[in-house]
Amino acid sequence: MRDLCIEANTRLPQEHLAALRRALEAEEAELGREVIERLLENAEVARERCIAFCQDTGYAVFFVELGSDVRISGGEIGSAIDEGVRRGYEEGYLRKSMVRSPIDRTNTGDNTPAVVYYEPAPGDGLKLTMLVKGAGCDNMSALKMLTPAEGLQAMKRFVVQTIERAGPNASPPLTVGVGMGGPFEKAAVLAKKALTRPSGEPNSDPELAFLERELLDEINATGIGPAGYGGTQTALAVHIESFPTHIAAFPVAVNLDCHSHRTASAEL
Amino acid sequence: MSPAPIRLEAPLSKEEIEPLRTSDVVRLNGVIYIARDAAHARMKRAIEAGEPLPLDPEGNIVYYSGPAPARPGYALGPAGPTTASRMDPYSPLLIERGLRGMIGKGLRSEAVIESMREHGCVYFGAVEGTAALLADCVKEAEVIAYEDLGAEGVRRLFVEEFPVVVVNDLYGGDLYREGRGRWRR
Repeated sequence: MRDLCIEANTRLPQEHLAALRRALEAEEAELGREVIERLLENAEVARERCIAFCQDTGYAVFFVELGSDVRISGGEIGSAIDEGVRRGYEEGYLRKSMVRSPIDRTNTGDNTPAVVYYEPAPGDGLKLTMLVKGAGCDNMSALKMLTPAEGLQAMKRFVVQTIERAGPNASPPLTVGVGMGGPFEKAAVLAKKALTRPSGEPNSDPELAFLERELLDEINATGIGPAGYGGTQTALAVHIESFPTHIAAFPVAVNLDCHSHRTASAEL
Repeated sequence: MSPAPIRLEAPLSKEEIEPLRTSDVVRLNGVIYIARDAAHARMKRAIEAGEPLPLDPEGNIVYYSGPAPARPGYALGPAGPTTASRMDPYSPLLIERGLRGMIGKGLRSEAVIESMREHGCVYFGAVEGTAALLADCVKEAEVIAYEDLGAEGVRRLFVEEFPVVVVNDLYGGDLYREGRGRWRR
C-alpha cells in the first residue's frame, strides 16, 4: 500500500504517457506543444528522482475488488489502507492535503483518511486500484439530474459545458470520467471509477465507445488546449461508465482529471 | 520557433511590466513569495486589524503554490501552481498595495483583472504538471510566516529562469480567452 502511493505519485502510467505523446504529435498550437513537452520532461524527472510530479498529491482514492473467498485476518482492511497511505505519504515526501472537515480546516497531518470504495468480486483475489485525485480538477467536476426527455443530446451538451466552464482551471489536457445512471451518488462514483480505466481504453459496449470518441472530438473542438493556452488537445480520453437507472431519471456526472493523471494498481 | 523568452528580475517596477503582453514567454529571476488560500485569509485579517503583512506587496510577485515536502538536497519540493481563482477574493487587497505580479493557473475574476489594470499588476501562468521542473528553478526557499500552516505557509524563494507565460497583461489581453478563440473549431 505504501509503495502503491509512492508509485502512483512518481510514475505516470505508460498508457497516459503514450496518450501525452500522441497529443504532442497532434497538437497544432506551438505554445500547446511546448506545454506537453514540459509535461513529458517533468514526468521523466519525477520518475528518475522518485519525487512527486505534481505538488498536489491529492486525495488517496481506492477501488477495492474483494474476492468472496478472501478472509482478512489481523485487522480491518480500511485501517490497513489508511496505514499504507500514512507511510507512503510520509516516506515518499508527498504532500498531506486532507483537512479534518470542510468547516474545521485543520490538516489531519498524514493525508488520511483514504477514500475507499469496495466492490465484491468472485474468487480469492484482492485487487486495489489507486487514483491520486488532485483537487483543482475535482473542483471543476459537476453532476446534473437530467430528465429522460432531455436525453442523450442534453447529456453530451452537459459534458462539453462542464469542460468549457472548467477551461484552464482543471489543467488540461484532461482525462474525462463520465458516470451515468443509477441514483444521484451512483453516477458520481461511476465517473470517478471511469478515471481508473487505462487511458484511452474504450468501453466494451460499442455504443458507449462510439459516444466516448464523439465526445472527445467535441471537447477538442473547444480550443481550450494544453494548460488552457489554446490548442487542439483539450482532452486525451473520455471514459464513460453506465448503470441502469429509474424510469424518471437520467443522472450524469462528469469527473475531470488533470494532465497529471495518476493511477496504479496491485493484486494480492 | 517562439521568440526568445523575456528575462525579468524581481522585485519589479511598474515600468518593467508595462512592455509585457499576453502570451509573452517570461523567465523570472530573483525573489518571489509563495502564498495560497489560508495565508491569504490571514493576510486579509492582518490588513483589517491594521497589523503588518508577512511580505511587502510593493513590487513583489506572489506565487500560488503549496509545495510537497523536499527530499534532502533540494531547496524546495515539487511546487506547481494552484488554481488562482480561489485567491480572487483577496488579490485586490494586495494589488492595491503595490503587488506587481501573480503566478498561478486558471481564470481570474473581472474584479481582479480590473484591479490589475488600475494599479499595475500582471498575472502569469505556470503549468501545474511541471512541479518537479519548476522546483529545480528554486535555488533558495525559506518559510517566513505562518509556519503552522505547513504546505500553506508563506515562503520567500530565490528563483532562476522560472518559466511563466503572461496570461493577463495591463491592456485587457487574456491568453485563456484569446487562445480558446483562436483554436475553437
